[in-house]
Order: sequence, then C-alpha cells, then structure tokens
Amino acid sequence: MSLSWFLKRLALIVYTLLIVSVVVFGITQVLPGDAAQSVLGENATPAALAALRVKLGLDQPVLVQFAHWLGGVLHGDFGTSIRTGQPVGPMMFTALGRSLILTVLSLALMLVIAVPLGILAALRRGRAADVGVGLISYLGVSVPEFVTATVLLIVLADWLQLLPATGYVPLAEHPIEGLKHLVLPVLTVSLVLVAHVSRMVRSEMVDVLHSDYVRAARLKGLPERVVLVRHALRNALIPVVTIVALDVGYVLGGIIVVEEIFALPGIGRQLIVAIESRDLPAIQAGALIMAATYAVANLIADMVCALLDRRIQYD
Amino acid sequence: MTDTFARLIRTPQGLAGLVLILLLVLVVLFGPSIAPVNPEKMDFMGRFAKPGAAHWLGGDQLGRDVFSRILTGARTTIPMAVGATLAGTLAGALLGTLSAYLGGRADEFIMRTVDAVMAIPGLLLALLVVSTLGKGDLNAMLAIAVAFAPGMTRITRSVALTARRMDYVNAAVARGESGAWIVFREMLPNVTAPVVVESTIRVAFAIMLFATLSFLGLGAQPPASDWGLMISDARVYLHQAPWMIIAPGAAIAVAAIGFNLLGDGLRDAMNPRNET
Repeated sequence: MSLSWFLKRLALIVYTLLIVSVVVFGITQVLPGDAAQSVLGENATPAALAALRVKLGLDQPVLVQFAHWLGGVLHGDFGTSIRTGQPVGPMMFTALGRSLILTVLSLALMLVIAVPLGILAALRRGRAADVGVGLISYLGVSVPEFVTATVLLIVLADWLQLLPATGYVPLAEHPIEGLKHLVLPVLTVSLVLVAHVSRMVRSEMVDVLHSDYVRAARLKGLPERVVLVRHALRNALIPVVTIVALDVGYVLGGIIVVEEIFALPGIGRQLIVAIESRDLPAIQAGALIMAATYAVANLIADMVCALLDRRIQYD
Repeated sequence: MTDTFARLIRTPQGLAGLVLILLLVLVVLFGPSIAPVNPEKMDFMGRFAKPGAAHWLGGDQLGRDVFSRILTGARTTIPMAVGATLAGTLAGALLGTLSAYLGGRADEFIMRTVDAVMAIPGLLLALLVVSTLGKGDLNAMLAIAVAFAPGMTRITRSVALTARRMDYVNAAVARGESGAWIVFREMLPNVTAPVVVESTIRVAFAIMLFATLSFLGLGAQPPASDWGLMISDARVYLHQAPWMIIAPGAAIAVAAIGFNLLGDGLRDAMNPRNET
C-alpha cells in the first residue's frame, strides 16, 4: 500500500463527491415548484415570495448558487434548514452518528452469523445444511427491509412483548434501554446482509477448499482445524471484505426505511423528513454525507484487503 | 437457445424460478378474473375478518378481501418492476458499450462518473428522483430505471471490453464500418448473455424497490391494490390484523425469489463451462 496509491484513492473520492454534489444539486434544482413557495405556502404574496427568494439566493443563476453552496460545504457550512431554521450540518452529523451505530452493530452481528453459516454450507456441500442455508439466503435477499422489519415488529414486540416497538433512547444516557431499542433495527438490517454474505462465504470457501494449497496442507498432515482456519478461511475472506464494503452502500439505503419504521432519528429518517417537506439544504447535505460515508467505507475495505493479502500491490 | 432452455430447466434453481415466474405471469394476466371477490368491494361485516373460508387471507380495515387484492395487485407491481429494469438495462447497455467502444479518456471519464453516481445508494437515488418528478407509480418506475442504469453500464462495459478486443470487431473496424454499426451490430449482440442474467436478478430488486417506494407513499397511490401500499396501510393495524401485512409481504418475497432463482439458473445455463 504505497503513498501514491493512497493519494490516488483520495483524489478519486474527491472526484466522486464532486460528481455526487453535482447530481444531488442538479436533481434538487429541478424540483417542481420553488422552495420559497413551499416555505410560505399557497397564499403567500408575490412580494413576500420575492423577498424570500433573494434571502435564499434563488434569484441567482444556478451556477452561482452551486458555487455558493459548494463553497459553504467546503467550509463545513451545509446551509440552513428551511423546515427548522437550524444549521443543517450539525443536525445531519448528529443523525449520522446514530446511523453509524446501527450500521456498525448490524455489520458485526452479520459477520458473527454469516461467516459460520457460509463455512458450514461449504463443508456440508450438497447436504441438508447447505440446502437450508441456501434457502435462507434466497429468502433473505428477496424480502425487502420494510417487510422484515414489520414482521419482526409483529413477532418480537407485539406477540412476545420482548422488545420496545419503536423509538430511540440515547445509548450514552440509558445503555440498556438504548440497546433494547436498537435490537429490532439491527436484526432487520443484518438479516438481509446475512443472506448475501453467507452465500459469498460459501462460494469462496468451496473454491478455496479445492485449491492446491489446501490439498498440500492436508497432505502435509496438518490438523483439519488448522487447514480450515489458517489456510482456507483466511483466503476465502479476502473477497468477502470487498463484498461487505459494497454492502455498506446497500445498508445505507436500507437504513432509510428501517429508521423510518422504528422511528430512529438517524440520517435516513432525516432524509425522508427532508424530502417530504422539500427542505432542499437538508436533502443536499444528507445525500452528500451518505455518499461520502460510502466512499470512505470502500477506501477502508481496500486497505483491509491489502493488509490481509500481501500479494495485492496497488500502485 | 433451446439448448440454453434445456440446461435451464435441468438446474434446480432454474426450474423452480421458471415455475414461479409462470405462476406470476398467470396472476398478472388473469388475476382480476380469478379473484374470488371484487378487490374494491367494501364489506362492513368483513372488516378485519380472520383468514378462513370466507376470506382466504383475511379482510382489511374496509372489509376488502386481501387475497383478491393481492391477485389484482400483481398487475401494478410486476409490470412496473420489469419495465423499470428494462429501461435501466437498455440505458446502461448502450452507455456501457459506447464507453468500451470509445476507450481512452472518454471511457475513463464515463466510468469514473458512473462509479461516482454509484456512491449514492440505489434507494436514495430513487428517492431523490421521485421527489423531483413527484410521487406516482410511473415516476417510481422511472426512478428505479435511473438507479439501475449506472450498475448496468459498469457490467456491460466490462463484457464489451472483452468483445472490443475480438477479431470480428477489429475486422469491422478494418472494413471501415461506422461507429454506430460496430456498437449496435457487432458489440451489443455479444454482450447480451451476462446482461440478461444480471437484469433478471435485478427485476427482483426492482420489485423490492418499487414496493419500498410505495410503502413510503411515493410509488403507487391509493386506492391501488399495490403490495407495498397494502403493507403501508396495514401498519396501523398490525396488532389487530397481522395477516394484512404478512400476506402482501409473502407475495413480494415469492415474486422476488422467483426472479432471483431464474437469474441464478440462467447464469449456470448460459455458462456451460461453469459446472461446479
């Protein structure tokens, strides 16, 4: 992992974010009806509308608006929410923090479940356990989050009364209550991922178990456990890291719905609220921050891959 | 073609997927006529009816028959998902092949931009597009197409790059054929197999995305019998009438599983070397 590789990746991220901001800004620009109208409502006087347009900078050419917005973002100023009148940046970053807790916990739970399941399926290839894991994974990738979430809500919160249905309690203030409120969202997000990743682990493991070096390790007389963990698993996991990173993008999409259902005030929910109330600065900031998070996750995955596998030389 | 089909029905996924898809096609074509009751018919006595002889999958808050609504609802969800995938695939296939054909700086520029757009999660991109165009099922379809296009571009391009180096393309270039001829007549026909596999699997995603958009109130609008919308309406009654959620949820899952299985089956069938 050379410095020049790292710098090149950083440059790519900057380009990515520039394009994302053009796309996001472009899309929100062509929103029908203008922002001033949606703030002041149907009965606003033309004079009031004109005054607000000047205040929001809507009377300027699009390019000037874009440059102004981008300049602000570079200084950490994402603008002011039309809905609340508060600065958008702090609002979105607080929400992002909550979403990241959800994301990280879901990824962790997913790995704990998916990796053993995938290995089991690979070792018992063609037998009942393999077919079972396969069926579960088909089900997992075919049920949208909002269905999983609602079914979990019915079973765990309504029938069994084990968990609180919705809402959010800060972890720092009430760790136990906070965790209880996180169980359903985390379960929902990780179930879809388990389906996807266990399938990947299985197919990688099947390939690796047929490789020459695993055969050599077995012929050398190494105990099966050492062969599996040291030789097979380590090599099977390298592509899985990349898949997990790509899944982060999927998770970020998924949390939008999951947060909405469980009333978890993360960045996904903020975005839905922003879209519903046509709060342009909030939509722009939320989308940009999500894309940036995804880009950074991919960079981290590439670095982890390079560390796991010395053969990979990025340059 | 018949060869591929024979191989397809020999794989367990392919056969199961094909059966499910045929079932779905039948429901889309004849759903309203098989439905035991008019899906719009309200029945005060049948409100929140438990699943049973009168209402196989129960009744909803207005006494409408859930089973009949699901049969009718296939008509919005499935064609919309297929249409969105087709549009996204077509756009992506064109752009991807073009990018591979142009090569060099143009290719680099197109692909880096596609990568950048892919940094926006699919659902978020679809949400942004729907919020621009306004809610509604046709706009949701368009939004899904837009969200799919970059991924399809990337896949088509990687396949087309291999085709680009083939002798028959070089021969066409040497013959002095026009760029359009080479892209449409020489390269596109040879990138279809992997693109067909990918887009079949994407129909499953499209079904889920469309249902999600409807669930969020941005796709199909009431009183449509759309599956995602049915779940969204039923959320309030999840305690009294969980079947109102479970039935359409299962319908979405069955449809998506069908396309996932068919896609996996097609992948194996179109790739005879890959018989492990």
